[in-house]
Amino acid sequence: MNTILEVKEVNKAYANHIALKNVSIDIPDGAVYGLLGPNGAGKTSLIRIINQITGPDSGEILFNGSRLHSDHTKEIGYLPEERGLYKKMEVGEQALYLARLKGLSRPDAIKRLKYLFEKFEIKDWWNKKVEELSKGMQQKVQFIVTIVHQPKLLILDEPFTGFDPINANLIKDELLDQKKNGVSVILSTHRMESVEELCTHIALIHKSEKLLEGEITNIRKSYRSNTFEVDYEGNSISLANSLWGNFELIENGPHGEFNKAKVKFLENMSTNDFLQSLINNVKVIGFKEVIPSMSDIFIKTVSPTIAQ
Amino acid sequence: MNKILLIIQREYLTRVKKKSFIIMTLLGPILMAIVFLAPVLISKYSEDEAYNIRIIDQAPRIFTTILPASKTVKFINDTVNLATAKKLFNGEKDYGILYLPADIIRNPNGAVLFTKKQANIKVTQYIQDVLKENIETAKLKYEGISAKTLESIKTEIDLKTMTLKGEQNDSSLNTIVGFIAGIMIYMFIFLYGVQVMRGVIEEKTNRIVEVIISSVKPFQLMMGKILGIALVGFTQFLLWIVLTFTISSVVSNFIINKKSDEMSVVKTIQSVSASNDQSVDNSQSDSKDLMKIMGNLSSINFPLIIGCFIFYFLGGYLLYSALFAAIGAAVDNETETQQFMLPVTIPLILSFIIAQSVVTNPDSQIGFWFSIIPFTSPVVMMVRIPFGVPFWQIALSMALLVIGFLGTTWLAGRIYKTGILLYGKKINYREISKWLFYKD
Repeated sequence: MNTILEVKEVNKAYANHIALKNVSIDIPDGAVYGLLGPNGAGKTSLIRIINQITGPDSGEILFNGSRLHSDHTKEIGYLPEERGLYKKMEVGEQALYLARLKGLSRPDAIKRLKYLFEKFEIKDWWNKKVEELSKGMQQKVQFIVTIVHQPKLLILDEPFTGFDPINANLIKDELLDQKKNGVSVILSTHRMESVEELCTHIALIHKSEKLLEGEITNIRKSYRSNTFEVDYEGNSISLANSLWGNFELIENGPHGEFNKAKVKFLENMSTNDFLQSLINNVKVIGFKEVIPSMSDIFIKTVSPTIAQ
Repeated sequence: MNKILLIIQREYLTRVKKKSFIIMTLLGPILMAIVFLAPVLISKYSEDEAYNIRIIDQAPRIFTTILPASKTVKFINDTVNLATAKKLFNGEKDYGILYLPADIIRNPNGAVLFTKKQANIKVTQYIQDVLKENIETAKLKYEGISAKTLESIKTEIDLKTMTLKGEQNDSSLNTIVGFIAGIMIYMFIFLYGVQVMRGVIEEKTNRIVEVIISSVKPFQLMMGKILGIALVGFTQFLLWIVLTFTISSVVSNFIINKKSDEMSVVKTIQSVSASNDQSVDNSQSDSKDLMKIMGNLSSINFPLIIGCFIFYFLGGYLLYSALFAAIGAAVDNETETQQFMLPVTIPLILSFIIAQSVVTNPDSQIGFWFSIIPFTSPVVMMVRIPFGVPFWQIALSMALLVIGFLGTTWLAGRIYKTGILLYGKKINYREISKWLFYKD
């Protein structure tokens, strides 16, 4: 698989603090790449370097295999966290201006914008002034402007804030469409449920350093702790009694209609061993492995260092 | 390069299309006209009230006729004595009592004007003038000198000044041309420099700046804004000049037509009543004055002045607007600009103050130094140029101005780049000085 963006050993320091320390990430073609980390970890610094708003102190960035260059700005669509529009300008005029700054010719820009305005159902706003729009509406315009020039890489910083669920879904669907067309996305967000829903890869940055990187499924698997959940009918004490020393009971008790138990397997125990010991004592309704959520992984990775 | 043009275009069009721009463009010349016409109109309409002055003349033989009245002051001869006149004084009808002592010729200061309240300066001034003239006439008569003899003795001189090369010059005209040019540059820098600053603050508070600088370099955005606003300024000035000319020519046509009507009436009356040639003389001397001014105008080196004007106009604007842009980038809103505005506005205001002294003495040490230093040269040098400045001084001043604005734009570019992306942080000078040395 090709990588659209390679960040190699990037360092960036400001007068009072270090923003990035030897950070390297690889973003494959067609990936939705979650950039995670607590506030002030250095995500925005990294994003600004990729957008060539600032430069790294050392290190190298390759876009499609060649060194990042000012021509690449038209291949990148950037939706910053701190975003806005000129309030006094008309929506269409403004979108046109921003599209042309990305290098589109005027007729091309008009054609693309008309298409997108129709797709996002905001055709009637073309001649409205930005200050007449609600915040959510403005976000829609900003999102359109981010993708209007058909970039190969989208960088979205908290793209869902300010959207109602319907429009948030509209944006998600568009992202998945873009992904299908081979566009790569860098998604920086604190909303872990959208990370789980959308991301194929993640990197976790904390205190200027990259702590984790990889495919999200692999990462979640690597954080497995051999813990399983079982829903059952029957006496919870008899379940507890049926387990021998190779299983550690973490939780046990009524849960909705049934009882639920969380069990950690100790050495070499298989799921079949577990089920065998249960079957004679309780009626098993459901059974699944507990795979840690991104939120768990995030907290687990970040909190030990916070505690230090 | 193409992107800078786009930015310039947007900066220009959004401003020119604004209602406030159109209103200011139309209102500007009218306001100017009001400023110029107001004193005339005020003096014209405020003198409607008539002041009646009763005269108690203790030396009736001296003034053969009653003192001449003006539009506002009317004299009435009273025959009673002062005490009675004071008793009879009617404040509603009369403004005051003028007492002229018997020995007024020898003792002109013996004349007294009694009024109910503090006397109006205009009235006092007029009475003084009239008395002086009449007493002088009386004295002449007493000494046996005719008015004609006196007239022939009176001499007016208008000293011609020339440079050694034989160029005629008129310093009053130079003063006017230089000063107007200097003031225009000063105004332009202030008005449009602040607009640049506001534009930067607007982009920062609207949070659009990060989207834009992901497409263009911060420096391009800053320069695009500065140049776009410069064009707005040019447009506005051009429209003002055109409009002012149209309005003033229409108005003056109207006034002059009226005036010349009146004048011709006066002339015919004069020529009929006493075949007096004076009016002809007057008109001749008028046209002589006009010719003299025209001659002086042609003696002024207009290509040089206009060329320098455009250069200093642009140079000064670029130098200061870059600094204004940097201020806009460093702050979060307009109220925070105060502490940074001061060091930028002080040299500008200083240059204006110095310009006023340079007008009277263009070759002074102060004039020289401040017309060389880039921060003050756009205004001060412009004031000096119509008086003639050695070529090397102009060249030095221009070169330093170019270096100056390259320097300030570089400096401003560094501050701008860092400042526009910092939100909600209180900035001080130490912080800004660190930004100058950030690596890209």
